[in-house]
Amino acid sequence: MRIVDFSSFLLFMVYCVFVNNFIFSRFLGCCPFLGVSSKVQTATGMGLAVTFVMALASFFTYFVNMMLVGLGLGYLQTIAFILVIAALVQFVEMFMKKSMPALYSALGVYLPLITTNCAVLAVTVMNADNSYNLFESVCNGVFGALGFMLAIVLMAGVRWRAPTSRRASRASRPA
Amino acid sequence: MAENNNKPSLHGIFMNGLLNENPTFRLVLGTCPTLAVTTSAINGIGMGLAATFVLVCSNVVVSLVRKLIPDKARIPSFIVIIATFVTIVQMMMQAFVPSLYEALGIFIPLIVVNCIILARAEAFASKNGPLQSAVDGLGMGLGFTCAITLIGIVRELIGNGSVFGINLLGASYEPMLLFVLAPGGFITFGLLLGIINAITARRAAKKGGEQA
Amino acid sequence: MALHISTGPHLRAKDDTQRLMLDVLIALCPATAASIYFYGVKAALIILVSVAAAVLSEYVWQRLAHKPIRINDFSAAVTGLLLALNVPANVPLWIPLIGSVFAIIVVKQLFGGIGHNFLNPALAARAVLLTSWPSHMTKAFVPMRTLFDSAAATGVDTLASATPLLVPGTVEVRDLLLGNIPGAIGETCKVAILLGLLYLLVRKVISWQIPVIMVGTVALGAWAFGADPLKAVLSGGLLLGACFMATDYVTSPMLKRSHVIYAIGCGAMVVLIRQFGNYPEGVTYAILLMNIVTPLLDRALKRKVYGEVKQHG
Repeated sequence: MRIVDFSSFLLFMVYCVFVNNFIFSRFLGCCPFLGVSSKVQTATGMGLAVTFVMALASFFTYFVNMMLVGLGLGYLQTIAFILVIAALVQFVEMFMKKSMPALYSALGVYLPLITTNCAVLAVTVMNADNSYNLFESVCNGVFGALGFMLAIVLMAGVRWRAPTSRRASRASRPA
Repeated sequence: MAENNNKPSLHGIFMNGLLNENPTFRLVLGTCPTLAVTTSAINGIGMGLAATFVLVCSNVVVSLVRKLIPDKARIPSFIVIIATFVTIVQMMMQAFVPSLYEALGIFIPLIVVNCIILARAEAFASKNGPLQSAVDGLGMGLGFTCAITLIGIVRELIGNGSVFGINLLGASYEPMLLFVLAPGGFITFGLLLGIINAITARRAAKKGGEQA
Repeated sequence: MALHISTGPHLRAKDDTQRLMLDVLIALCPATAASIYFYGVKAALIILVSVAAAVLSEYVWQRLAHKPIRINDFSAAVTGLLLALNVPANVPLWIPLIGSVFAIIVVKQLFGGIGHNFLNPALAARAVLLTSWPSHMTKAFVPMRTLFDSAAATGVDTLASATPLLVPGTVEVRDLLLGNIPGAIGETCKVAILLGLLYLLVRKVISWQIPVIMVGTVALGAWAFGADPLKAVLSGGLLLGACFMATDYVTSPMLKRSHVIYAIGCGAMVVLIRQFGNYPEGVTYAILLMNIVTPLLDRALKRKVYGEVKQHG
């Protein structure tokens, strides 16, 4: 799957968001999917935070991978990528806290959880395995994350409707 | 009971990981490999043993260096330790069991972000000695292995008519393909989780009834 | 059926569900009769097995779970019958059997029974059967009998597709309407389905919005992609799905306003899957996907209501 023109770009998008949906068909990012999908609002927040980090991670690991391959250190890929992601998450958290407090208060709580979201590491490894170019890597990250967000928000909707959670929310609501 | 004591026995730690706090069925951690690689029993065992190896090694090392690591650099240090062992496993599997390596694919490097391993480093190994940590890693790892092998057996039996590649249901059985596809993973995991919760709840109710 | 989640008065008796389901069963009678006319004993056996399995598994589950036995509200029978009408005539009988058990136990009872399932049980079971045994589910025998003797039904024994969507030019509109075409046993005779729809509308069991808007969207989409809108509407399981499955109270939105969005979504999905997907027919998946979106639709519109209340207070 490569991007050469606009129609292949659209195809790539459908492929990433729906056909190879991170959760429903690749089983990546299941922990936050099961853990954070009890409310639609938190699910949306988590989805946005993941999209943000995944786009950045795809961008940076592209260069890291180029460097590792150039130096013949391909076996260090896993360690290097996870370090980039962990550092990135820390950095984004600090940066947001300082200069975008509104966004931080909305997404901040989800950020530390993203380091261990396997979808983020997976997307970087996939980019390297498929030798995507920079644009394809970032597209893969963004669209993959949007697919993740779609799945987690739909799941939150369905869980909202399940009898137990509805009863719980009814009890907490002032009648 | 073992976990009520201040100093649990090694046997208690081991059984805790295997049963009481089974990472898959009781704590519901590490769900991605649980769902993704369990299309056959053999994949389940392979994934489980690889994760167990990483878990035991990382637990021991984290426990050894726990006093040297400053609190703030804790998580990144743990991740580096875990990633090192994952790379070792990755290379060993590539060399000795290439077919299994192919089958598990991207989920081998993803052991790094398996929450079971980081959770044990954080919750157990950073607070206990190396021996206890090793036993904890072994218990948790084998608990994980048993659980995902069980899921693998169920899915392979229904979706392919075989277990460990041996055909059990005969040639006339028409396999229910759904179970080796993505939805089957979710359905099998959900059903097994439900059954185990029901059993535990019933047992707890019985125990409560006896005490009262 | 969805009395638990309706916005209106909440004090409704069990008899309401029973009456409702009885109406649906009556509305399905023409389609059932047509399927037996066209496919003979095979169709009758499929229907029998499917309905019996659905009712029995509902009974056994409620018995084992110590819940009140509610098989006489006919909801399980409706599920069984709908599933039966959605399989082709030549499937082995264990297929509708497994499908019905799955529909009742996994899709309906595990989520809390009637009113709590988030997917239409018959459709979810059909999707499971379609994924698990594609070779059985996509082969369709041509009917053993035809009405007013048709050219379409001669010469060929089986078609690889469950619907004539792949060869639209070769089928006459009249044959599509009457059911002289291969397909799942209950979906082929459109006249019978429309009779059922008429009964449901007259009895005010369903409102016209969902079926009409969904079918209209498909017609519009077919026209936009250069196909014959009339044939697109009469092909495959669209009418059966739009009249009987998309309108399921439990899995369609509560408010009229969201009905419109829901129905347009169903129709658009059908067009997209037929046009771009690998499947010859997309009605099942289209309705299931919109079932999943339903809670979000309900929520989006419900929130506004709460907001208005807050402004008053």
